[in-house]
Amino acid sequence: MKEIRIHARAGQGAITTASILGYAYFLEGKFAYAFPHFGAARMGAPMNAFVRVDDKPVRLRCQIYEPDYLLVADVTLLRGFNCFKGFKAQGIAIINAREGSASGEHKPEQKIYLVPANDIAMETIGRPLSNTALLGAYVAATKEIKLDSLIEAIKHRFSAKAAQQNILAAQKGYEYIIKCLDQ
Amino acid sequence: MKELLEGSQAVAEAVRLCKPGVISAYPITPQTHIVEELAAMVAEGKLRAEFVNVESEHSAASVVLGAVATGVRAFTATSSQGLLLMTEVVFNIAGMRLPVVMTCANRSVSAPLNIWNDHQDAITVRDSGWVQLHAENIQEALDLHIQAYRIGEGPKIMLPVMVNMDGFILTHGLEPVDIPSQEQVDSFLPPYNPLYKLDVENPLTLGPLVDPDYYMEARFAIHDTHKDVLRLIPLIRDEFQKAFGRSSGGLVEEYRVKDAEKVIVAMGSVCGTIKDVVDILRQKGKKVGLLKIITYRPFPSLEIYKALKDVPRVAIVEKAVSLGSYSPLLSEIRSVFCGKKNPPVISGFVIGLGGRDITIDSIKEIFKRLTAKQISEEYIDLKPELLGDEFV
Repeated sequence: MKEIRIHARAGQGAITTASILGYAYFLEGKFAYAFPHFGAARMGAPMNAFVRVDDKPVRLRCQIYEPDYLLVADVTLLRGFNCFKGFKAQGIAIINAREGSASGEHKPEQKIYLVPANDIAMETIGRPLSNTALLGAYVAATKEIKLDSLIEAIKHRFSAKAAQQNILAAQKGYEYIIKCLDQ
Repeated sequence: MKELLEGSQAVAEAVRLCKPGVISAYPITPQTHIVEELAAMVAEGKLRAEFVNVESEHSAASVVLGAVATGVRAFTATSSQGLLLMTEVVFNIAGMRLPVVMTCANRSVSAPLNIWNDHQDAITVRDSGWVQLHAENIQEALDLHIQAYRIGEGPKIMLPVMVNMDGFILTHGLEPVDIPSQEQVDSFLPPYNPLYKLDVENPLTLGPLVDPDYYMEARFAIHDTHKDVLRLIPLIRDEFQKAFGRSSGGLVEEYRVKDAEKVIVAMGSVCGTIKDVVDILRQKGKKVGLLKIITYRPFPSLEIYKALKDVPRVAIVEKAVSLGSYSPLLSEIRSVFCGKKNPPVISGFVIGLGGRDITIDSIKEIFKRLTAKQISEEYIDLKPELLGDEFV
């Protein structure tokens, strides 16, 4: 079983991110349970969404306290809010941040990738909706699912133009990590 | 067809397949997505039903009451305060023997205001005469809605059915589900064709004033029909399994109860977490199990007795309270064993009120606390720092 925790602010699309990721796993024949946890239910308030994935149906209903993977949609959440709480020692985190941003304290074997997902989103979608760029980066960094599955999941979620833009964002997020890995 | 669906969408699909003629609802978190989805289906012509927008849950319940009284299948859904506002009509629907199906997206009750999950809403109307079913997962929620119409519309039953699913945990979670075909559902669920209905050609009265000469018999009849429901539900479960190829529903589900020395009794989505904990502890050689209550009303006393009679220690784990007394499920299960020889030691635990997360550790803690000494009733995961000194 793999557990993914998404940190975002309400309104940034964390639930969409979780459902697209869950769908990509679903397309590969895995059992996913994607679910949100709302805080105060106000735009901008910190909130979480989760994806739990397994080869058999997921029965566990609690929140995710020891994630294998982290997606952080807003770098400001690293300030005064411990996104790394319970993060597995060999976990992989994808953070929406420009190169050179402080990535927070973490353990030596944890891999932290800073992805300029807002810049990618502005370039591809025209709005700072970082989710699909982060998911592209997630695919490259974790090698958990195929990029094609993510693209299919994006097509399933968005129609026409929005799908095209988000696929491009995912590809650019993916390529950004591949470039990082090559260096 | 397998799809990854949000619980609310899955329920909307189930309702669409059951072809209600009237849907009426008032939005309330966390029920909203269910009725939004259905409203969209009606607007897009995917479901030929009348969607009646109303100004309150009291009106929503009244609309579906009226619809079913005229012989039309109907659906509504609500949560928490919405259910409480409906309560007057909820009792009337059962009293008039109208097989409405309603989803209750289970949520805590105010005050303090809280939108998250527990079972206080449904438990509060447990005495209304409705059949109450509880889903563990999204597939079961979908399946129970299809079964609910069959159960309620049985010519000898004619009672409303409430399908409970945990708010957010199931209504807002996504899971792979198998959506049956229209043909499958059509052959399982015939059109609604009641013996009596409001009809201008053949006038009759529903829910009239009855004096003390008649009232008790009407109430007794509902109570007695619940015994028939207890016999019917396992048959519907079996028939469903034949038609759809999977087991869903029933009165109770035993999970690794045979030979178990400690068993938790619970309802709803927490049963999934408990099953995982049971497996973890079984691997360590601990003889533990789960008894899942699927049908809460009518109360399956006999099945509960049979499942638990040889279990030395039992924990009733409940997301609802009866303030000032023992929690509802605890009281009822203790009463099942009243006067029986060598009853289990039955301990009570209140958990997860207002959406407090129920973790693997919470469940392990309950199993750990199940010793030979009965625990009258305890609240799990309470925060002493939030309570004043007088509580500690």
